[in-house]
Amino acid sequence: MRLNVPTMSEMMAKGETPEILFWVGCAGSFDDRAKKITKALVKILNHCKVSFAVLGTEESCTGDPAKRAGNEFTFQMQAMMNIQVLDGYDVKRIVTGCPHCFNTLKNEYPELGGKYEVIHHTQLIQDLINTGKLGLEGSQTYKGKKITFHDPCYLGRANDVYEAPRALIEKLDAELVEMKRCKTNGLCCGAGGAQMFKEAEKGNKEINIERTEDALESNAEIIATGCPFCNTMMTDGIKNFNKENDIQVLDVAELIVNAAEL
Amino acid sequence: MLSIVVFISLFFFSTGLFLLNANKIRKNIRLGREVNRSDKPLTRLKTMVWVALGQKKMFNRPIAAFLHLALYVAFVITQIELLEIIADGITGNHRMFYFSLGDFYVFMVSFIEILSVLAFVATIAFLWRRNMLSLPRFNKNELLGWPKKDANLILIMELVLIVFILTMNGTDEVLYNRGGSHVAYAKGSFGFSISAWLGPLVFDSFNVETLRVFERIGWWGHICMVFLFLNYLPYSKHLHVLLAFPTTYFSNLQAKGKFSHMKSVENEVKLMLDPNAIPLESDAPPSRFGAKDVSDLTWKNLLDAYSCTECGRCTDVCPANNTGKLLSPRKIMMDTRDRLVEVGELKKGEVDNKSLLGDYISPEELWACTSCNACVEACPINIDPLAIIIDLRRNLVMEESAMPSELAGMLTNIENNGAPWQFSQSDRLNWANEE
Repeated sequence: MRLNVPTMSEMMAKGETPEILFWVGCAGSFDDRAKKITKALVKILNHCKVSFAVLGTEESCTGDPAKRAGNEFTFQMQAMMNIQVLDGYDVKRIVTGCPHCFNTLKNEYPELGGKYEVIHHTQLIQDLINTGKLGLEGSQTYKGKKITFHDPCYLGRANDVYEAPRALIEKLDAELVEMKRCKTNGLCCGAGGAQMFKEAEKGNKEINIERTEDALESNAEIIATGCPFCNTMMTDGIKNFNKENDIQVLDVAELIVNAAEL
Repeated sequence: MLSIVVFISLFFFSTGLFLLNANKIRKNIRLGREVNRSDKPLTRLKTMVWVALGQKKMFNRPIAAFLHLALYVAFVITQIELLEIIADGITGNHRMFYFSLGDFYVFMVSFIEILSVLAFVATIAFLWRRNMLSLPRFNKNELLGWPKKDANLILIMELVLIVFILTMNGTDEVLYNRGGSHVAYAKGSFGFSISAWLGPLVFDSFNVETLRVFERIGWWGHICMVFLFLNYLPYSKHLHVLLAFPTTYFSNLQAKGKFSHMKSVENEVKLMLDPNAIPLESDAPPSRFGAKDVSDLTWKNLLDAYSCTECGRCTDVCPANNTGKLLSPRKIMMDTRDRLVEVGELKKGEVDNKSLLGDYISPEELWACTSCNACVEACPINIDPLAIIIDLRRNLVMEESAMPSELAGMLTNIENNGAPWQFSQSDRLNWANEE
């Protein structure tokens, strides 16, 4: 199926205004694994005929890794440039596939004048299901499968979103199994705070290995995440235990696409 | 008469000394930068009532929470008896409220005695846990030496205090049984829940004279321990019994993922992007970006440091610490307090060429943080170690340009091509046409 990915500039040229902007993010644009998640979300948006657009080549890093690394200058430069673009298109609502973009746009842009309603893709999908635009009734794909959800720190503790991704997993008719550390007590995958872009400091273990052990202990067949960076970390962790043939690491959006056979 | 003079002198000396030290702490906290935490007073009050008074977050670990609750309630309720002790001490009376309060007095003291016994058990359990069980969080590097002694000292002081209370009530009970109490020379029993049977059990073999001496030792011992405790607080991690209240009241009420906004940087960036921009109301640029020393942190960070009781729940859940990295959020708080005390001792205008960053906290600790907020979530009184970590990182990056080389590369990429990796911005939509 060919994806329909309108850009804001195309929409504007046609004199249309999309209801929501899909902020793809750097990982979602460039990382091969994360691009699949991006496409999964677009499939859902296309299927539900959601009026959306992306910024395309006008999108730029939100500045999140710069801010976490302590470089407020680079962060604010990025933020101000992005706000100019967003306000130029009169954007009101934004959905992101990345909790880091989500947190930054939602919480750190308002003080620089960028005020938008920002939601995470799991919240949007939940809404599409609740309003009847997306149906999963009778789907057998994940029926009875053990799925655990790894809480991304910037979705969970940072913004108190714990229920939307879990509600979606339950819609799959799957068995949601929790890791011993979950929700407010969830253990980080090790990528946050700009760690993704550097070697870990000296220690006796990698954080993603510690977290993968939690996941293995839960006996889940699928580790669901809602963050491209968590996805990378957990995938690497699973490979480290040579379990890549037994356990899949998938984004919640991918689970939905597979279950709805989009 | 002599005892009244001694008591009043002791009373004024110890409260005076405490106020002096409390004022020092207040001054030290005010060395911090301004941050506005005066909005939403009702939400703040609610947070304080639930988290500090109600100890809501303690109950994430129910056994420890119950033991802690026993100590806490005993501590608070015993203050009622303290009122009588102070009144007795000043007037030279004995159990002043016994006759005026009647049954209620018996009820109150009985209640205090039961709580004291519970607190005694809890204290023994805590001593055992801290010294006999090898719980990782009580045996981390930052706890070795003084912090461990401090913790044990407080627990021992609590035991001694309880022993004094029960000695006082127990001996008085036996005296009353024999018609020798100062309260009433008739024979009788106070009917207090614990000392009514524990007193005769322990003290029945002593004569009246000895019992009177023991009773006085119990009374003076109790009040002296209270004065001692009060003046030990400013030097101890135990300050949390008082500061947990303001610390929770001034909690960060915003989303935990929101890092503080730097207004000073905003001005500079606005001028960079538009040379004609009018600078915001702000004055001269700050002397420093980020925090190098305690005075660069906010007053709330400093209040947090004084309020930390070093329980280590933060470090226990820290992913970096869990995997053997140098970072311990508890150590961040302890270092901040230690450095603040050191700065507070400096004379006006004096500098010691030391700083929190470097002399206390190393870059390696700071770079181990994943900013996951687990420490903030775990703190029973909403202390925020992450805010300090980030402010110190800001100083490393923006003032010293000192950061892991991969991060320098990542920042250059963001500045050059709008992504943390070396991909061109013009390729951002390529995914839409790939199979």
